[in-house]
Amino acid sequence: MEILHNLLLGFQVAVSPVNLLYCLIGVLLGTLIGVLPGVGPIATIAMLLPVTFNLNPVAALIMLAGIYYGAQYGGSTTSILVNIPGEASSVVTCIDGYQMARQGRAGPALAIAAIGSFFAGCVSTLVIATAAPPLAEVALKFGPAEYFSLMVFGLIAATVLAHGSLIKAIAMVVLGLLLGLIGTDVNSGVLRFTFDIPELADGIGFVTVAMGMFGLAEIISNLEKKGEREVFVKKVTHLYPTKNDLKRSWKAVLRGTGIGSALGILPGGGALLSSFAAYMVEKKVSKHPEEFGKGAIEGVAGPESANNAGAQTSFIPMLTLGIPSNPVMALMIGALMIQGIAPGPQVMTEKPDLFWGLIASMWVGNLMLVVLNLPLVGMWVKLLTLPYRFLYPSILVFMCIGVFSLSNSPFDCLIMAVFGLLGYVCAKLECEPAPMILGFILGPLMEENLRRAMLLSRGDATVFFTKPISAGFMLAAIALLVIIALPNIRKKREEAFAEEG
Amino acid sequence: MRIKSPKDFWAGLMFVGFGLFFAVWASSFYQLGTSLRMGPGYFPAVLGGLLALLGLVILGRSLSLQGAKVASFHFRPLIMVLGACVAYGYLMTPLGLVLATAALVFISALGGHEFRWKEGVVLAAVLVVFSVLVFVKGLDLPFPMWPAAFG
Repeated sequence: MEILHNLLLGFQVAVSPVNLLYCLIGVLLGTLIGVLPGVGPIATIAMLLPVTFNLNPVAALIMLAGIYYGAQYGGSTTSILVNIPGEASSVVTCIDGYQMARQGRAGPALAIAAIGSFFAGCVSTLVIATAAPPLAEVALKFGPAEYFSLMVFGLIAATVLAHGSLIKAIAMVVLGLLLGLIGTDVNSGVLRFTFDIPELADGIGFVTVAMGMFGLAEIISNLEKKGEREVFVKKVTHLYPTKNDLKRSWKAVLRGTGIGSALGILPGGGALLSSFAAYMVEKKVSKHPEEFGKGAIEGVAGPESANNAGAQTSFIPMLTLGIPSNPVMALMIGALMIQGIAPGPQVMTEKPDLFWGLIASMWVGNLMLVVLNLPLVGMWVKLLTLPYRFLYPSILVFMCIGVFSLSNSPFDCLIMAVFGLLGYVCAKLECEPAPMILGFILGPLMEENLRRAMLLSRGDATVFFTKPISAGFMLAAIALLVIIALPNIRKKREEAFAEEG
Repeated sequence: MRIKSPKDFWAGLMFVGFGLFFAVWASSFYQLGTSLRMGPGYFPAVLGGLLALLGLVILGRSLSLQGAKVASFHFRPLIMVLGACVAYGYLMTPLGLVLATAALVFISALGGHEFRWKEGVVLAAVLVVFSVLVFVKGLDLPFPMWPAAFG
């Protein structure tokens, strides 16, 4: 059993004291930012990227991954207790989780969220361990044409799954691709769109863009809203779910795990989409749909399992293809590149300790989260009483330190501010930043693969449709666009996203 | 002609602007090459054109489909938050970490709804101590602590 052997290797790496420590730091930080509204995993990981330069690659990735799935646990806590989604992926948990808390059943809600998340975490760890190696093997056979088509498909899928207007999302992707091209052209050495600014010769840092578009824009938008949030928490008593609770929720946990594992792998998927899909499914299949919105435990169990499963399986395309399926994974790729590791299918064979260590650490991290989270609930909730006027300058300090330390240059802070402005304008115009960020990281890769594919095919553009794998991706991309453009489906999609509020 | 969906109108305009800029700039300053051997201008020119086209479609739709108004801009938090970041970057080398952090805290606090001097001082002090301990001592980032003149 090769997979057992590999997992064993992974666990040996994951339980070394140093890696355990970074895993713990990661999941604690993740829970913390998951609890705090207005700070997401994207901004946090972006902030910490420069710091990971001093760590060894395994520890760095273990910590950053812990932040992502830890945030899913933390987000559920605040959703249930105070009706504030700490994380976008916990928005649906608010609906029934908070109602349960109001009925004095906060304990069981928290417990079922934790149990569901843990179960989902275990299953999706296994999914990664079994699905990733064969995928990587296929990916090793990919040439430039296949990669280009895969990226086209990935970007289209990401826009279909994004909120709001499809055409605006596509425009944002293209804008991201273009901004990603700023800097030195690797083929000709020509400086493109640098306006003779020497700092732009290496291109704009991905971290800088992500922090501006997500972090700064979010802070500014939060400051617009007047009034402090209210926090009132009754003491959480009797943690254990009743027999009836368990009976009602185990199927929801299973379904949520399945939905999350499947959607996480899709480009543009991940935790956010998974939790919404799971909630809708639970509402559809439930025998008592009228209870949804009034404290149905399935409405907590399903989405919370799904978001954790989705968070973890979204690592699969990143680890096997070297292609990010969401902005968090794009940051992970950034972390690999900082360490001098080229992301792609060869990572698994060349760095088995990194690959399997990371996978095993996810299981370890999930265990830590279950053990730590329930006893620490009180502490996390106390943090919520911290007014935003203390919180946001602190976040700004960390963002600025992170960006400044990238190259010890004030120019990066300026660029971050520029993207903060762009992010704020985009938020006002309802243009989603996530597709742009994906385009931004894929821009240079796409151009490179396009050039090579065209060179190999002697300028024949039909190559993308004559090679079978490449044609498959292209047809899938076109099919997605056609399906989504059909009036009926478009209406359904808009309804689905409207429910997200 | 009436703008029915201001959000789409401005978004479309923004995309047309960006698209035209990239397309025109790329095709006039960089070699386009052929589809066999693409020059540095090829990909950006094509993408720029595509973006401008998408922008035009969004613009066109904004004249026919009803949509929401653009929510008003709040310039105070916008300017203060962005200004605080820029100030931090440009003050770091001449003034050092301590003063740059203080400047960031006070400028960004002006972007909030209420500003209290006492709180600002305490917050700045806490953040300075934390940054020094974690980033300068802990992670060995090479930041100057004080203005160069005192160094």
